[in-house]
Amino acid sequence: MNSNNKETTIVAFCCLYCAYAAADLAGSMRLQYPSNIRIVRTPCTGRLEVEYFLKAFENGADGVIIAGCEEGSCHFKEGNLVAKRRVNYARKLLAESGLEMERLRMVNVSAANARLLVDHLQKMSETIQKLGPSALNKAKRQNQQEIRS
Amino acid sequence: MIVAERKTIPELIDILAKHKNILVLGCGTCVTVCLAGGEREVSIITSALRIASQAKGLGWKVSELTIERQCDNAFIEQAVDAIEKNDAVLSLGCGAGVQAIAERFLKKPVYAGLNTKFLGILEERGIWTEKCAACGACVLHEYGGICPVTRCAKHMLNGPCGGSREDRCEVRPDRACAWQLIYKRLKDIGQLDRLDKIELPKQWSSSLSGGPRVIIREDHRI
Repeated sequence: MNSNNKETTIVAFCCLYCAYAAADLAGSMRLQYPSNIRIVRTPCTGRLEVEYFLKAFENGADGVIIAGCEEGSCHFKEGNLVAKRRVNYARKLLAESGLEMERLRMVNVSAANARLLVDHLQKMSETIQKLGPSALNKAKRQNQQEIRS
Repeated sequence: MIVAERKTIPELIDILAKHKNILVLGCGTCVTVCLAGGEREVSIITSALRIASQAKGLGWKVSELTIERQCDNAFIEQAVDAIEKNDAVLSLGCGAGVQAIAERFLKKPVYAGLNTKFLGILEERGIWTEKCAACGACVLHEYGGICPVTRCAKHMLNGPCGGSREDRCEVRPDRACAWQLIYKRLKDIGQLDRLDKIELPKQWSSSLSGGPRVIIREDHRI
């Protein structure tokens, strides 16, 4: 794992029925995912609202990834499709607000596909490292440095 | 209900640029139902504004509140403290709500965060359509409950224009031809004879064209 990723934080909203189980399986399989990922278990990605994503950024996340079931396999039939539309809307709002929309992403994995989940998490971490800390965190750090000096 | 749509964040940034302490004020009635200015949308817009403020170094302090109805003084009362604590109010109410707040707080800048669009209904999830133009002289009884003033792009009152294709409006192919709907509806309710009557040119003086309207009910006045 790249040590630079400590500078950034990524929140991963993982569906209980797929991605969360896949993350669990990744552990059993000794597959490593970046250490700056913070997993939040959700009952279904369809439960997530636009404000959850925005609040995550507001509270210090540099990236947010939503991992739901494969399309057509949602435990609640279409929760992941609802989430997809909300993520797309939130991406537009983020761009309007001055953050890169690449910081928010949705992926689909099955409970059995730990390898795919880890790949997605690594790609997300790489994207965030390329983009650097979010403008919000940069501003906060600058303020803290000013206070210290 | 009144249907509205949010302004974009860059538009709001332009509108609010001069202020530091901003209250985003939602309305729990029509704009909540059309998902434009209720409690949830207030939370989303507030978050987006806070993100924009930090990302662009605007130094805003944005707070949020939603009251039941912005167009009613009895409910505005609940927002007095929050409004007085802030430099400016971004109202997510309809145009009537924004003006009701502005009239109540004479020295406080009040801005519209929404574009108020029309009187309509929820057609299906996520789709709202216009049904009433508030023309002030309703003729729905003549047309089987389907309004040609609003739903016919040419406002035809005496039959179709002849331009519709496969039940679709010539002007807006994504909308149904109102006259097709009127004919079908009158046929279904056995009132096709209503179409024999010639409707005289509409008096638009009762609409907004006649100037801002007012209704006075002496029986309710004190």
